[in-house]
Order: sequence, then C-alpha cells, then structure tokens
Amino acid sequence: MVKIKTSLKWLFIGLVILFIYAPILLLTVYSFNKSELITSWEGFSFDHWKYFFDMDNQPLPIVLQTLLLAVIVATLSTVLGTVGAIGIFYSKKRVSSALNGLNQIPVINAEVVTAISFAFLVVALNIPKATYIPLVVGQMVLCTPFVVLSVIPKLKQMDNNLYEAALDLGASPAKALFSVIIPQIMPGIVSGFLLAVTLSLDDYVIAAYTKPNTFQTISTHIYSLAKGGTVNTIKSSYWAFTAVIFFIIVVAVVVMNIRAHRKGGKKQ
Amino acid sequence: MTKLRPRFSRKLLAIPYALFLAIFVVVPLLIIVYYAFTDADGSFTFDNIAMFFSGSGSDSFFESAQFKTIMQSLFISFMSTLICLLIAYPVAYIIATCKLKNKSGLLLLFIVPMWVNFVLRVNALKELLDWIGIYNKSNGWNLFNTILGMVYDFLPFMILPIYTTIIKIDKSYLEAARDLGAGGAKTFLKVTLPLSKAGIMSGVSMVFLPSMTNYVVSNYMTFNHTKIIGSFIDECFKNDLWNMGSVTALLLLTLMFFMTWATGGFNAQEDAGRRGTSLW
Repeated sequence: MVKIKTSLKWLFIGLVILFIYAPILLLTVYSFNKSELITSWEGFSFDHWKYFFDMDNQPLPIVLQTLLLAVIVATLSTVLGTVGAIGIFYSKKRVSSALNGLNQIPVINAEVVTAISFAFLVVALNIPKATYIPLVVGQMVLCTPFVVLSVIPKLKQMDNNLYEAALDLGASPAKALFSVIIPQIMPGIVSGFLLAVTLSLDDYVIAAYTKPNTFQTISTHIYSLAKGGTVNTIKSSYWAFTAVIFFIIVVAVVVMNIRAHRKGGKKQ
Repeated sequence: MTKLRPRFSRKLLAIPYALFLAIFVVVPLLIIVYYAFTDADGSFTFDNIAMFFSGSGSDSFFESAQFKTIMQSLFISFMSTLICLLIAYPVAYIIATCKLKNKSGLLLLFIVPMWVNFVLRVNALKELLDWIGIYNKSNGWNLFNTILGMVYDFLPFMILPIYTTIIKIDKSYLEAARDLGAGGAKTFLKVTLPLSKAGIMSGVSMVFLPSMTNYVVSNYMTFNHTKIIGSFIDECFKNDLWNMGSVTALLLLTLMFFMTWATGGFNAQEDAGRRGTSLW
C-alpha cells in the first residue's frame, strides 16, 4: 500500500517534469531537423545550427546585443538599487516604509500597465526612442526593485557596530561604506545583479514599448517572427538557440548540485 | 568626551532612488489617471469611464467587446490559477516531505526552465502544440491552449512560495497531531494545509494578475485569436485609444491594490522570493 502511494507520488512528479521539459526537448531534437517544419521530420542535419551561428544572419547579433543590454541594465540597476537599499535601510521608519511600498509597485503591477504608463511618460517628455534611454530606463524600472529586495535582507543581517567601529577608528564614511558595509552585503548585491540580468533577458513587454525601431531583443525578434507564416528559416534557427540555452542550464544545474553536495560533505 | 564631527548621513543615499521611483513609477501612474479622466482636449471628464461601461450602438455593455474580454480574461485567469495550484501544491508537498537529502536539487528542476527566455519558452510550447496538432484549431482549443500556456509559464511562481512555507513547518506540530491520534489525512487538513496558507496566497497573487494580462502568451498560443485584458490594453495603445487604454489600466491597478490589500499588504519578504530570488 505504502509502496503504491510512493510510486504514485514519483509518477506525478515525473509527469510534471515531463510537462515542463517536453517543449524544450522537442525543439532540441528538431533543431537537427532538415526541414523548417515542426510537424515533419525530414532527416538529420546541422542546417539550423549553422544558420544560427553565422554572424551574417540575424539571430546571433541579436542574441549578443540582448546580452549587452542586459548587462548594462543590470549594472545600472544594481548600483542604483544597492545605494537606494542602504539609504532606505537607514531612513526613518515612515520614509523607509513609503519607499518600500513604492518599490513594490513595479514588482506586483501587471507588466503591460508598467510599460504603457512608462511609454506615456516617454511621449510626454518627448525622449526619442532612438537614444536607447527609454529602453534602458524602462528595464531599470523593472529590475531595480528586485535588486533592492535582495539587498535589504542582507542589511538586516549585518552587524551594525562594525560601521561605527570603522568610523571611530578614523575611516571616512565613504571608506567605511565601501570597506565595511558593501563587503557584508555583497551576496545580496550579486544575487540582485543576476536577477536583474535574467529579468532584462526575459523582458518582452517593456522592450516592445520602449525600444528603438531598428533594435531587436531576442524576445521582440521571436515575437515578430511569429506574426508571419509558420515556416521560417530564422525562426527554426532559434530552435538551435533554445537547445544551447537548455544545455547551459543542464550544465549549470549539475555544477550547482555537485557544489552543494561537496559543501554538505564538508559540513559533515 | 564626545567628539563632534560632521557625520555623513547614510539615509541621504535614498535620495537618488526616491527620485527615480517618483519620476519613473509614480508620475507614469499619474499620467494614466490623467488620461482616464480627460478627453482629447485635456479637460476633465467621466466620459471615458462611461464609455468603457457602455455598449456600442444597440448592444448593451454585457454584449460589448470589453465585457467579453474581461469575462474571458477572468475565466482564463481563474482556471490557470486553479490548475497551477492543483499541480504546484502536490509537487511542493512531495518535495518538501520526501526523504531525499538533496531537496533543493529536485526543486531546482522545476525552477530552471524560468531561466530560458520567456518568449522562447512560449514559442517552444506553441511548437509542441503544433506538433501534437492542436494549435489554432478552434475557439475551444484556443482557450485551452491559452490556459495551458499560462500554467506552463507561471507554475514555478506557485511551486516556490508553497514549498518555502511547507519546508518551514515545525515537524513537532505534525508529531503532536499524530500523538494526539490524528491520521495522515487529518494531520494534513488540520495542520499542514492551514500552516501553508501564506504560501498559497502568495502563489495565487503571483499567478492571477499575470495570467489576466500576459498578452504574449495569449497572442502566441492562439495566433492572436484569444483576447485578454492585457491584449486589450496593448491594442488600445497601438490604435491611439489612450483614454480607453488608461481606463482599463486603472481598473487593473485598482484590482492589484485590492488584491495586495486582501492578501495581507505589501509583503517584501515574500515578494523577494518571487522569480526565484532565493535560489541565487
């Protein structure tokens, strides 16, 4: 009886995992398809892979510029968010709870509302989209609150006396900030940065409303391809890209698991 | 002896971010309110609201496109949230209570697909549906596919918070329930479920609103055939119906604030766990 229950449990877990991975696995397999159709298998080939990894074709430059955008947005968000989080943490209760509340708005708000309201502002201020300012600032609106959310818990865990001690020992406030506070909250800053990178890479809605007409991110590009017919060389080459990301993720998960395992072993 | 020296106040560091929030978050929302309550000349009016809640021509509001969109959206959102919950709770429960040493490794399997670009992921699901042969076949399939797309995308947001609350439950409560004679089912219903309510609430709030507004999923999964509130707003903006779009956005904002209030206010701690922050 117990055995049946246990195997039913794992069967359920297995089915959900299958549901989650089936689409990605399917694209990985079909990235080696000779045809551009998902509905028919016409033999093994590297055509989609070759197309994707050719810098003269659209996809690869778009992937690289999306990555560059993500790094720029994440860096700016991390600086703004970290400084902001320190400021909020040391503000009076009323100020800090007001700022924390405002910080939550882009987190819970529907992305389309954030995007449309930001687009209204861009129009009102008459900032040309070609300057990339709307795109970068728009994504910062999305990312910075998450940086703040990952830094604040670290500030709460920090030993506050160390900063005072540094000042008493003659460090300037700026020095104390950089050599005492920042190192202590570093894990929060790093996770905030990584989160900002993934959010920027993932974003479609904000980018669609704020990007220059000639610029594409992975998201906006694939979305624009979907509007055309079902057969498309460029679209099929993104199957290869899906496979690449999937592979990177698998490696990352294995590495993380091994590291977690080692850490666990050391503790024992 | 007290040393007097001019101290740099750390709270001043909040100023740049406060300005950023004021200009890029608060002002845009005020512009939405402005457009919702003004006409083409910029003078105050309730006409946009009235227009939103009335039909066109001889049709009543209940036959209007916006009413149908809202109802369809609510249905999609409700079903997606329910299905997410029905899948996510058992998953979170099984992982949290299993005897494996490496629980977080198993949990990671459910979270990592989130690191694949969102549009790529939706695209992959669409290709799968095409492969099976149920893509863009009929209105019924479109509705089904939209819900499937939402569930596929937002499932991790439901699993994570529920897992976090179940794993934190003090084991001695469960032992106490057993010692007092409660069976497995009773212990679950009287102890585990009530104690994981916070996780359920936070999961529901993370799935409900996005599955009403994420028009990328609904457009993609149905070849633009199924309309939800998000796509309605998007089309309003693109067709220069800014006043109408703003009224709809304002409705969503109201709903968001109401839901936040109903689910226990702005809880920064739980929201930090959104999008898998805790895993980094």
